[in-house]
Amino acid sequence: MILQGENILKQYHHNGGLINALDHVSFTVNKGDFVTVTGPSGSGKSTLLLALFGLIRLTSGNIIFDGKKIDNISDRRLTEIRKKSVGYILQSFALIPYLTTIQNVMIPLALEKITFREQVKRAHEILDYIGLSDRIEHLPRELSAGQQQRVAIARSIIHRPQIIMADEPTGNLDPALSLEILGFLKKINQENKITIMMVTHSPVAADYGTMKLHLNEGKIAESNNRLFL
Amino acid sequence: MTISKLVFIELWKRKSQLVTGLLAITLGIAVIVAIQSISVVSEQNVARNLDNLGANILVLPQGASIDDYYTSDIDAPTLPMDYVERILNSTIAGVDNMSPKLTRRIKIGYQSVVLTGILPKSEIASKPLWQSSGLLGAELKTACAPGQSANQSHGLEDVKLQRKAIDTLNSQDCLAGSQVAKRLKISPNGHVNLLGENFRVVKILPETGTVDDDRIFANLRDVQHLLGIENQVSAIEIIGCCNAISVGLLGKLRNILPDTRVTSINQIVSTQIETNQLMKKITLVMLIIIFFVGGISIGNYIWANVNERKKEIGILRMMGAGRFTIYRMFLLKALILGIGGGIIGYCLGTLAGVILGPYFAGIVVRPVYIYLLWSILLSVAISLAGSLFPTYLAAKFDPHSNLQEE
Repeated sequence: MILQGENILKQYHHNGGLINALDHVSFTVNKGDFVTVTGPSGSGKSTLLLALFGLIRLTSGNIIFDGKKIDNISDRRLTEIRKKSVGYILQSFALIPYLTTIQNVMIPLALEKITFREQVKRAHEILDYIGLSDRIEHLPRELSAGQQQRVAIARSIIHRPQIIMADEPTGNLDPALSLEILGFLKKINQENKITIMMVTHSPVAADYGTMKLHLNEGKIAESNNRLFL
Repeated sequence: MTISKLVFIELWKRKSQLVTGLLAITLGIAVIVAIQSISVVSEQNVARNLDNLGANILVLPQGASIDDYYTSDIDAPTLPMDYVERILNSTIAGVDNMSPKLTRRIKIGYQSVVLTGILPKSEIASKPLWQSSGLLGAELKTACAPGQSANQSHGLEDVKLQRKAIDTLNSQDCLAGSQVAKRLKISPNGHVNLLGENFRVVKILPETGTVDDDRIFANLRDVQHLLGIENQVSAIEIIGCCNAISVGLLGKLRNILPDTRVTSINQIVSTQIETNQLMKKITLVMLIIIFFVGGISIGNYIWANVNERKKEIGILRMMGAGRFTIYRMFLLKALILGIGGGIIGYCLGTLAGVILGPYFAGIVVRPVYIYLLWSILLSVAISLAGSLFPTYLAAKFDPHSNLQEE
């Protein structure tokens, strides 16, 4: 087991009342799983993904990552975990617009203060792996949507994380590009044994999951989870 | 790739933003430097003009009154000439100029005239001690101006004062005030009989509207001889630095001249002090206004920059950048902009002062090099201050909130 959520509750204040964005959600993810999280808009999928490593703070509940409880640790320790063990892929690509492909990819290594020589070596390896070695000096605006998402994937794996959190990574792509990106994610999952947790609207994308969670109104409506089905 | 390099790349790749940011800081600093450069020279000019109001300290014999000094009675008490050197030998700061005088009312025909003995400049110059004291004022400076030390001396720019330090006044030569010249019908190069001796009138002095218009000035030695009062003077007129007067110059003079009456001409001194204080206050008010306007403009730019980069902050936080890293990034940028803006702002402000000073204010403005240091410090301080709060807020938000910023 690499990640476990127990009774995760996230409430928002809205018009004087409380809304449960996540309503006592529980699940367990094993190392190497490819988890897909589906559900209608507003069901809490993205909230769950972002809440697991502190990008959104929980109201209550427990999160255990790699054997350690992380739901009530300091912002500094959560930041350290994200830096070393988590990679993020977002629907909007979230690339820094004034940095080139290779510079964007090297950011996680810069945050870990890895030497420039090592950063360049690993960035070239990764960009070669995802087929962007001929675009290393391009700015994001000079790349297609699919290429931008591949840069984001490269950035999410360059620091060799234990888990990748992908929030609708194919949401901005056409079907052909979506399949290409999903293929990459599957390849990364299988070849590098990196756990992936992916939020998606797409039933096709959801089929890539070895474990599936379906959320509705903040609750797990359906799951093939071994422990919490 | 390092976080510092990220800052430099951002500055380099977003040149239009770099120019905008530098412009905001540069203009603020340039305005401050230009106004301050012009203000300092203006204050010096005003102070110089104030000094030209004339002597502001009188050293009189112990028993003498101000009335004696002006009426010049025949039996008015005197004090020894040596007192002049006693002042010069002291280390008292703030004595800018001195004029020992012997004054008596005499009769010329049926007319009553005040005869005043003065020392010409050439005679003062013959005394090495007096030369070294700076009383001749070869270089025009203004002791009362801000930034000048209290004992710096200055020359006499005003015609009325130049008369008192006239270059040469030979024996048997005299100068006549405008009114007395009219009354006695004296013309230049004419002659006038003073107590039985013939004197040549070398110059009719321009009208000043003071008691000097009714006086005849001759060499002090001649006057002492004519009156039979050798090595004595009626008074020593002193132009003292008003700042020095306000911090106890009179007391110091009294200490070295215990048997005299040292008094200030309050109207002149208070005018000088009040005007100087007014100039200082005006400059201070302007500086405060500019500081806030410039500071707000710089802070506003940084604030806008931090706000528009919230998404970038969110991305970095998501990838594991701590709050300190975010602070470091933005504060480094503010530091770079502050240093750049300070240097360019100083250069532009100084240039503006040098060009505009003579054109608009009729004054010559020279670069004040210490302002470069102040410009950089001020610019960096404002940039950092303007960055701190927005950076704090941006780093404090949930990374997710920033990621949603577009």
